[in-house]
Amino acid sequence: MTSRVARNIRLGIKTLLLHKLRSFLTVLGVVFGVGSVIAMLSVGEGASREALDQIRKLGSNNIMITAVKPTEDEAAANRVSMMSVYGLKYDDVDRISRTIPHVTRTVPAKLVRKNSFVGEKEIELRIVGTIPSWFRLVSREVLAGRIMTQRDLDSSAPVCVLTEHGARKLLATEATIGKNIRCGSDYFEVVGIVRSETAGGGIQTPDLEIDAYIPLDVARHRFGDVVIRNSSGSRERELVELHQVLVEVDDISNVETVAAALDTMLKRFHKKVDYRINVPLALLKQAEATKRTFNIVLGSIAGISLLVGGIGIMNIMLASVTERTREIGVRRAIGARRSQIVGQFLIETVVLSTVGGLIGITLGILTPTLITLFAGMPTVVTLWSLALSLGISMSIGIVFGLYPAMRAANLDPIEALRHE
Amino acid sequence: MSEAVHGEQGNGAIVRLDGVHKVYHMGTQEVHALAGVTLSFPKGSFNAIMGPSGSGKSTMLNLLGCLDRPTRGSYTLNGHDVSLLDDNALSALRLRELGFIFQSFNLIPQLTVRENIEMPLYYLGWEADESGRRSTELAELVGLGDRLGHRPAELSGGQQQRVAVARALANDPAVLLADEPTGNLDSATGQQIMELLSELNGRGRTIIMVTHETHIASYSRRRIHMLDGRIESDEEIRQ
Repeated sequence: MTSRVARNIRLGIKTLLLHKLRSFLTVLGVVFGVGSVIAMLSVGEGASREALDQIRKLGSNNIMITAVKPTEDEAAANRVSMMSVYGLKYDDVDRISRTIPHVTRTVPAKLVRKNSFVGEKEIELRIVGTIPSWFRLVSREVLAGRIMTQRDLDSSAPVCVLTEHGARKLLATEATIGKNIRCGSDYFEVVGIVRSETAGGGIQTPDLEIDAYIPLDVARHRFGDVVIRNSSGSRERELVELHQVLVEVDDISNVETVAAALDTMLKRFHKKVDYRINVPLALLKQAEATKRTFNIVLGSIAGISLLVGGIGIMNIMLASVTERTREIGVRRAIGARRSQIVGQFLIETVVLSTVGGLIGITLGILTPTLITLFAGMPTVVTLWSLALSLGISMSIGIVFGLYPAMRAANLDPIEALRHE
Repeated sequence: MSEAVHGEQGNGAIVRLDGVHKVYHMGTQEVHALAGVTLSFPKGSFNAIMGPSGSGKSTMLNLLGCLDRPTRGSYTLNGHDVSLLDDNALSALRLRELGFIFQSFNLIPQLTVRENIEMPLYYLGWEADESGRRSTELAELVGLGDRLGHRPAELSGGQQQRVAVARALANDPAVLLADEPTGNLDSATGQQIMELLSELNGRGRTIIMVTHETHIASYSRRRIHMLDGRIESDEEIRQ
């Protein structure tokens, strides 16, 4: 039985090779259809996986509250001596950790920009005043030295943890650990270097910028809560106690409830909406939904191109049936059953479409590699997209081969033998 | 219809037609391609069916070849009542009991000589090594033992017809049907093919041949002349 199928396939290939150019051109539709499907899906998958990674790194159990400067007129109403007051308060952190259930950790962060120096090198750092728990919520690989400890916090030690990018720009290496970094007019001891996140995706994570972490109390005492900004010739003073609060929830199923509770609570104590609650889990869900939509759209486009390929195959097979009417007549006269004629022609179309699918898969794997190489876009070729394309191209052979094959089988053998 | 089956047992006829009519409808007109033919062909006979075009000899051959069924009357082939069979059963009957030789050889161009000869065996479900032995044997029988790997296009007309004869013999058929087997050949080659068929008949093969050429028909032992769907004459020739 298997040898018969093998023999049929061999015969099919032989017949198709009789018209090499024709078979090749017929197959092109499927080749490009399958190739573009895989390539498109891989680009989409690459992009979404990057975004998802970004979100996931924020932690799906975490909720991030960010200070947002209210719109100008709202701010003007609350202006105290030309100073805009907004953002999260130290009290908010207390209230969150004391009153909201399911919250396991609350991590405040204060952001200050300072020109910083290591030796001769200078860059603007974003100094993040925070507590050691930060490093538990947002896990960072330690490249050198150590991260911030509770003792640093308790003793208000002027220590600083650099991120990889910042360290590189400041030419800080392992040897820098223990040495001093000057931020504005203050000196800190560099105690460690952690890995930074790669930039990209739509989500703003604190370490997208060049960060340096110092204990919160130190930041508060050295830099104060007032920030003076020079923007377009006018000086603007802002009073912001905390720029970010990260909230860790005990279980992923409670994230949404906690987010709602946070919003209710903050609304009560903040007269204006000067904060934004980011729920990575919600973003994750949204990103996944977007990805699904994207895949459906791509799938439909792919479906259309494969449909065109299938029609091409059907067209050629119909021509082939007409051309080989006499062969069909001879086979029927010799004693081939209708079903055997159907089988013969179906195998030919399936061979065509499968070969097309395989070439298309090669093309579909090659193209994303080139895209990544030349355009620098991340691409991910998933196994399921390969399996799907191969499956679809084989089914195209069956679907579009069935009609020509039936036509061949239903020819009257007498007529077929008489056909010129 | 069943009498035909009983009658067949007596005289060793391998093919028996009894009151066979074949009616075609051309628009509103009825065309009687066969108008009551009663004939029987004994085992091992060499028969020629002759007649002008439109006499019904092609229809006759199609019926004998189980490619068609009679409108009325009965046809019994090697004990099988053909008139009652469906398409699949007719295919099976052709596969087991019949061998076809066509005027234009009708070899499959993409297949080699060996594969052409083995085609009936393929549909019979023979194993590859068995059919390989059989096709070698048959190719040697028709004098083409050295051409098994060639394509039909690489052979002369006479050689192609020899391949077709070998293919027709592959299933060891009860009846060999030949439709103008020399029609596309020059007379010398045609003669060789006829000698091959005579030789096969000499070994006991039943042959029914349609031709309009008298000198081709002269190889047969019995000549049946047809006219307007009827048997006009039926003569045995003693040599």
